[in-house]
Amino acid sequence: MGNVVSRREFLKFTGGVAAGAAAVPGTAEAATGADAGRVTLRYPAKAIGKAGGIAANAPTQFTYPDASSPCVVLKMGKPVLGGVGPNGDIVAYSTMCTHMGCPVAYDAGQRIFKCPCHFSTFDAEKSGQIVCGQATENLPRIVLNYNSSNDTVTAVAVDGLLYGRQSNLL
Amino acid sequence: MSTRQDRVALPPVNAQKTNLTCHFCIVGCGYHVYKWPDNTEGGRAPHENALGLDFRKQLPPLAAIMTPAMANTIVERNGRRYNIMILPDKGCSVNQGLSSIRGGQLAKVMYTGDGVGKERLKTPRVNYGDQWVDTGWESALNLYAGVSKKILDSDGPSGVVFDCFDHGGAGGGFENTWGTGKLMFTALQTPMVRIHNRPAYNSECHATREMGIGELNNSYEDAELADTIMAIGCNSYETQTNYFLAHWLPNLQGGTKAKKQKFFPGESFADTRIIFVDPRRSPTVAICEAVAGKDRCLHLDIEPGTDIALFNGLFTYVIEQGWHDKAFIASNTRDFDAAAAANKLSLDECSKITGISVARLQQAAEWAYKPNASGQRPRTMHAYEKGIIWGNDNYLIQSALVDVVLATRNVGRRGTGVVRMGGHQEGYTRPPYPGNSKIYIDEAIIQGKGLMYTAWACNPFQTTLNAEEHRRVIMRRTAIVKEALGKSRGATTAQMIDVIYDACKNKGGLFLANINLYSTSLAEAAHLMLPSAHPGETWLTSMNGERRLRLSEKFMDAPGTAKADCLIAADIANTMKRMYEAEGKADMVKRFSGFEWKTEEDAFNDGFRIAGTAGAPPIDSQGGGTGYLATYERLRTAGNNGVQLPIKEYTGGKLVGTEMLYLDGKFDTADGKAIFKSSPWPGLPKVVADQKAKHKFWINNGRVNEVWQTGYHDMYNEFIRNRWPMAFVEVNPNDAMSMSVASGDVVEIYNDYGTSYAMAYLEPSIKPNQTFMQFGYFNGIVGDVVTPWTDRNVVPYYKGTWASIRRVGTVADFKETVSFKERRWS
Repeated sequence: MGNVVSRREFLKFTGGVAAGAAAVPGTAEAATGADAGRVTLRYPAKAIGKAGGIAANAPTQFTYPDASSPCVVLKMGKPVLGGVGPNGDIVAYSTMCTHMGCPVAYDAGQRIFKCPCHFSTFDAEKSGQIVCGQATENLPRIVLNYNSSNDTVTAVAVDGLLYGRQSNLL
Repeated sequence: MSTRQDRVALPPVNAQKTNLTCHFCIVGCGYHVYKWPDNTEGGRAPHENALGLDFRKQLPPLAAIMTPAMANTIVERNGRRYNIMILPDKGCSVNQGLSSIRGGQLAKVMYTGDGVGKERLKTPRVNYGDQWVDTGWESALNLYAGVSKKILDSDGPSGVVFDCFDHGGAGGGFENTWGTGKLMFTALQTPMVRIHNRPAYNSECHATREMGIGELNNSYEDAELADTIMAIGCNSYETQTNYFLAHWLPNLQGGTKAKKQKFFPGESFADTRIIFVDPRRSPTVAICEAVAGKDRCLHLDIEPGTDIALFNGLFTYVIEQGWHDKAFIASNTRDFDAAAAANKLSLDECSKITGISVARLQQAAEWAYKPNASGQRPRTMHAYEKGIIWGNDNYLIQSALVDVVLATRNVGRRGTGVVRMGGHQEGYTRPPYPGNSKIYIDEAIIQGKGLMYTAWACNPFQTTLNAEEHRRVIMRRTAIVKEALGKSRGATTAQMIDVIYDACKNKGGLFLANINLYSTSLAEAAHLMLPSAHPGETWLTSMNGERRLRLSEKFMDAPGTAKADCLIAADIANTMKRMYEAEGKADMVKRFSGFEWKTEEDAFNDGFRIAGTAGAPPIDSQGGGTGYLATYERLRTAGNNGVQLPIKEYTGGKLVGTEMLYLDGKFDTADGKAIFKSSPWPGLPKVVADQKAKHKFWINNGRVNEVWQTGYHDMYNEFIRNRWPMAFVEVNPNDAMSMSVASGDVVEIYNDYGTSYAMAYLEPSIKPNQTFMQFGYFNGIVGDVVTPWTDRNVVPYYKGTWASIRRVGTVADFKETVSFKERRWS
């Protein structure tokens, strides 16, 4: 039984191939290529700084997964949902509002992100949860890894679809 | 499958594209539905996808809204899978490409076997005493029709009680108000009907209509043209979102001056001002203060329930200053002098009652009513909603408000209007109500009256007043029927009907049928459930808050054998007709005839399009006498901009509608003259004042942006449930501290009428001794502590109750996962 692929799995994999084939028309290799079995995007790993060097409660800008996707990393000063680092307090988010892509501003007093276009707000301490507003998605969270041996924080994936994209990877 | 939701399938160029009006709030934003086989998808290049957008690179801000919540994969009854994407329509004049947090999730809530809609009713279900069992339509209809017929034949129509929608959008629409109305009023002829959010068959706007002014008398565009907007008891960022964002906000930001110039050439325009009348600093107030600045945003945070005094004070002051339109009053109205005398209230008295300083009252009056140096009257749009509708005497507040509006002619001029903002969309077409008085149905049920109760797209357990007692009585009475059913093993449908009737007639029972999308909390009491469908699964017409009629096109199958409410009504009527035919009762056969509808369009043509035509029976329809001009085909062509009722004509392939009512100064009275109404300040109702004397906290309550209605979809939507796992109550932080309550704690809210529970949410702008609780939610029901008081038309005062609060405990999960940051923009 171990070699039998269930119908459900078969459909899942062929579905993935169909998507790949559509994205790269005419590349027959895609059907048997290295990505045929993948269900996740190949996000790049990008070091964004040393945990000890990230300022407390002040946004540090970076881009991820590419240069046209602005993000910020924050050290909240206390453990928060999804936080990494020695204190579990480092988080990162996309700064494009999930509603219509306007740049959200970080409010250090309230520790929320605010969108000036239609007034959506997102909680930096609760995984980017919408506080109030018109966005149908929380603020995309940049998934971080922390390497304690060199104190490095690395962006490795995005949780949630970035505004203005069909896929998080262009 | 990846659960990161970091990709969506794009519609290919040849995807099917149809129109859908958002079926949630009154605003009715236009959306396009794309549908295509799920084994295909569009490419990223603009010529490869139906959106014409270039997804090979990052889209700039404001280019589009396309989120995972706007995409879904559905399976049709034939087993075929399709992707769907539902995006806001940039060409729709209502929303202009904007989506709210509610409408932005239209695709997500469409039925899929493992999505938000997974708990949808798919087939009729019967409760055999202690368990729910799926059954087919035939047996369910035989049971429903059989019990109805037995009661009708033995006890008359008053034994058959309904709690039924009367609105548009989901759980409504012209097709379905007609279908249910014809069943209730023409066939069954029962007067024992209440409406989804109130305990009688009544209007929410008796006073303004009696004064000759329909409550939806302007266009959304008028909010762009107004010099001043007075927002009374409405929190429009949260509850009429895209009306606010696409029409109010641009005016406050100065972005509509060119349009004003076009409408009113030669005039100069000061920066637009906004006045709020609301005891609470709502999120809308906070946004307007930030956008317009405090010098153009005036918040009259009146004492709860004092609106009548406020408008009487303003009315009196306007007359004293000579700002009223004497010529208009003389030629186009009646009874001004009597109202001016009866409502007379000095600003000093007004200030004492409302808690607003005389200076601020004067400022409001000047902004709204003082003619400028050249004698030009300000165009002031008065927008009101539940603060008045569910306020301290709906009838008198509306009278007091419309008096000052009429005196200053802020109706029937572009840029003005005295309009309710609305909750649901509208969609009323029904035979006349078969009764001469308004019956307080909830009281009748509590008193043991009625034998059968049909809740049709309604949930009184979560939304009525005095809800705890009402629910307790229904649970007790329906349990009597359940017990009898549980003992009737092996009974045929005919025998079950006898058992049910005996339990209701002789033992105080109540047979409860629930017709809905979901089982809802009524399943605890119900005996029969019939599965209904919503827009997209059915064809449906509704009109929005500017009377804009649109057709939502069906694009997918309803789950299981669920069907449109009008077709369920027809099934019930046709089943009863066959029963009467078998008995040879010709008169009853005739009453139950005329339901030979195969489609929703048949019901639309039978009601909305017949009203007012030669030979038609009496029909009350928001389409008026020209509804016949609107065919499905013409509405399909009119798309998401539809036509504003009443329709004037059909010409050149287009339906031509009416932007604003009363431009000619003639109102909806016999002689065309609007009528002033006396409405002296009455104080608080005694039962409410009694609670205020005994309990510390005012329990204000209302809607919240993220949740639609009872949360019937939202309770299964993880995104929303994570935000609101329980109804929240905003509490002043100092009050909270005095009770050792922190955000995320569960509190008990109790008074002489009942007890409710809520999740505390500390909010600095809430005044001491005041609170604000989410209304109508599935987990924490504010109606449990609302008094049974109603006005003369049996309209409740939901907003007015006082209660005590105590801390119950802490839910660690709430504190860890729910944000308690301020919901006010700053």
